[in-house]
Formats: sequence, structure tokens, C-alpha cells
Amino acid sequence: MTDALDAILPGVLNTLLLTALSFLAGAVLALPIVALRSSRGLLVRGIARLFVDLLRSVPPITWLFLIFFGLPQVGVTLDAFPAALIGLSVIASAFLSETYRAGMLAVDRGQVEAARSLGLGSLDVGVRIIAPQAIRVVIPTSATYAIGLLKDTSVASTIGVAEIAMKASGYAQQNGQALRILTLAGVIYLVLSLPLAIVSRGVDRRLRLKFAVV
Amino acid sequence: MIGQSLVSAFEAAHAELFEGLLNSILLTVASLAIGYPLAVVLAVCVMAPSRWVRRTGLVIVEIGRGLPLLVLLQLIYFGLPDAGLTLGVTAAAVAGLAFQTAAYGSEIMRASLEAVPQGQHEAASAAGLSAAASFWTIVLPQGIRIAIPPMLSIGLTVFLATSLAFVITAPELMSKAYGYGSSTFQYLEVFVLAGLMYAAIALPASAAVALLERRLGRHLAHAH
Repeated sequence: MTDALDAILPGVLNTLLLTALSFLAGAVLALPIVALRSSRGLLVRGIARLFVDLLRSVPPITWLFLIFFGLPQVGVTLDAFPAALIGLSVIASAFLSETYRAGMLAVDRGQVEAARSLGLGSLDVGVRIIAPQAIRVVIPTSATYAIGLLKDTSVASTIGVAEIAMKASGYAQQNGQALRILTLAGVIYLVLSLPLAIVSRGVDRRLRLKFAVV
Repeated sequence: MIGQSLVSAFEAAHAELFEGLLNSILLTVASLAIGYPLAVVLAVCVMAPSRWVRRTGLVIVEIGRGLPLLVLLQLIYFGLPDAGLTLGVTAAAVAGLAFQTAAYGSEIMRASLEAVPQGQHEAASAAGLSAAASFWTIVLPQGIRIAIPPMLSIGLTVFLATSLAFVITAPELMSKAYGYGSSTFQYLEVFVLAGLMYAAIALPASAAVALLERRLGRHLAHAH
């Protein structure tokens, strides 16, 4: 059992790194997307919406194959890890922009009107009035998304990123015992998602208490 | 130029790709046909009066939701033969997808059952129905109705997730696209085409689900 564990453990770092980096990049990239989706221009809004919908309507494995195997044809050759990171970040940005939007829509319109009547500009309204209130809706759903993302990083094994799933199936191909090693890989994913689940529940409860949302 | 090579790739690959797409759709239909009823069963288990039934149900749900589908599919296809259970690629893919449909679906089913207004329980018991009769004839049918739109969203997720059956070489759209790409080196064209095929199904389907959600939600606006 220990040799199986030794085989998988180096992959854990890559899984965690891929999850954390693509989540952070996605969280930042989602900001301009949300801004464009709330723009006054119909065309800009339409394009932003199409971008988000298209990203969500095509499976992650297709995006990763397109980036890793397809882009070299137009002269863009990437290693497996950056290819997976770019793909997962852009997909994450589409999903996270939707959670940001849901958070914004949850803020009472009267808040915006009150802030405007006090003479605050759009940027101030966004940063100082909407964002602090929207965040209590955004954090729990984002944490849930992060758990999903942790599992989605397993797709990176299909283009050869040496993360948990790749290490496990590589070991099984060499030594057999697929049942044992893949069960172990599954348990590791479950264990890794536990802290995120606890954080998501804890943060949710604290924010609810703080803002007295029922 | 890319448009031209897309058209010629489509002309060369469309028979393969459409066959793959059809298989992806068939995988989806089979997985949902098994997964949806199991979701209701699991939800009923998780809400059961018996603590042991409840716990067993919860463990099954958490395992189904916690495992990456890619690992689950490999576990079923490559791992289970170690335990004496060998499944073909299609059966393994359907087993994995149906299990996840059931696990995620049971959470939706549970929330939907809880969303049935308390007055319905009270009215049923005032009318003299036993607890069991009230659950099966009054609460469950209404819960299922509430669950329909989110369950259809899960169906859409399952359709996109059939792409992961690639890792166990099920002959679905990604396997066909990859096969064409590796024999012609037109990876870019074939994966763009595959992506467009997924989107051609998923985009209208999600718009239809959103429309249905508004339609079905209409009567609830008066109830609350």
C-alpha cells in the first residue's frame, strides 16, 4: 500500500497547484466579464454572454484538447501544465462570473439608488456598496465551485499533467492492482475536498450570522 | 483559411463525428433513465425515519458526489475486474454516469421534497391519509414536479460529461474526434467541430430548461 501511496503523492501537489492557480486566475478574469455583462451596450453584453455560454456548453476535455493538441497548428505550442491551467482558468472565469452576477442581483436595488442619490459614482457604488454585500452570496457558491474544480483538474491527466489521476492510472498500467490504486486516488480526492467543504460551510454560517441573513 | 480547412475537415470527418455524437446522446439517455429513478430512491433513503438507512444513503451520495467522474469511470472499467466484475466500455460508462446522476440528483430531489409547502402535509393528514400515503400520493408527486427543471439541468451536465468516457475508450464524440485528429493531424479543426457539436446541443437545451423553469414556476408565484 505504501508504494501505491508513494506513487500518487507527488501528483497531489500538481492537483492542488492546478486547482488553486486556475481558481485564482478565474476569479480575477471573471471581474471584467461581469463588468461587460452589466454594460449598457447591447452588443457588448451579447458578446460577453455568448462567451460565458459557449465556455459552459463545451466539455473541459474538449477545451484542453483544443489548446494542447490543436493550437500547435497555429504556432502556439504549450506544455501540458500551462495548457491545462489556461483552459481551466478560462472555464472557471465563466462559471465564477455567473456567481458574481448572482451576488450582484441579490443586492437590493434600493441600496444602489440610495448610494447614487448620495452622489457616489459607478465605481464607488460597485466597490463600496455592491461588492461587500454581494460577497456573502458569492463566497459559499465559489467554495462549492472550487470543490468541483478540484475534481475537474483530473481532466488534465488526459493531456499528460502528472496529477493524482495520471499518477494513479500510470501506476496501474505498470503494476496492475488498478482497483486498489484507483480507490486510493478516489479517497485522496475526497480527503482533499473536505477542508474546502468545511470552509464553505463555516464561512457561510459566519457571514450569515454577521449579516443576519435568514 | 481556417474556415476553409474547417469545412474540408467537416466533409471528411462528419460521418465519424455524428456517429460519436449519437453515441454520446445514447449514453446520456441510458444514464438518465437509470440515474433519475435512483436519485428519487436515494433521496427517500436520506430522508427515511431509520437512522441506518439515512446514513447509508448519505455515504452513497457523498461518494458519488465526491469522486471525480474520470476516476470513477477508470475505477469501474479498469478496477472492478480485480474484484471479479468485468464490464464492457458502454456498461462501465453508463454505470459511472448513472451513479453520479443519482448522487447529484438525490440532493435536488431532497431539496424539492422539502420545498413542498407544509400545508400539504397537514391537509393530507387532516383528510385522514396515513403518513406513508401522504408521502407517496401527495408530497412525492409535487416534489418531483418542483425537481423537474434542475433535474433537466443535471441531464445537460451528464451529456457534457459523457466526454470523459473518452478515458475508457467508449466510442463517444471525443474518442471519435481524437481518432480522426491522430490519423490526420488536423487536431485543431476536429476539436473545434466537436466543440461546436456539443454547443449545438447544450446551448438550445439550456435555453429550453430556463424557459421551462419560468413556465413551471408560474403557479408558485401565487402560492407564496
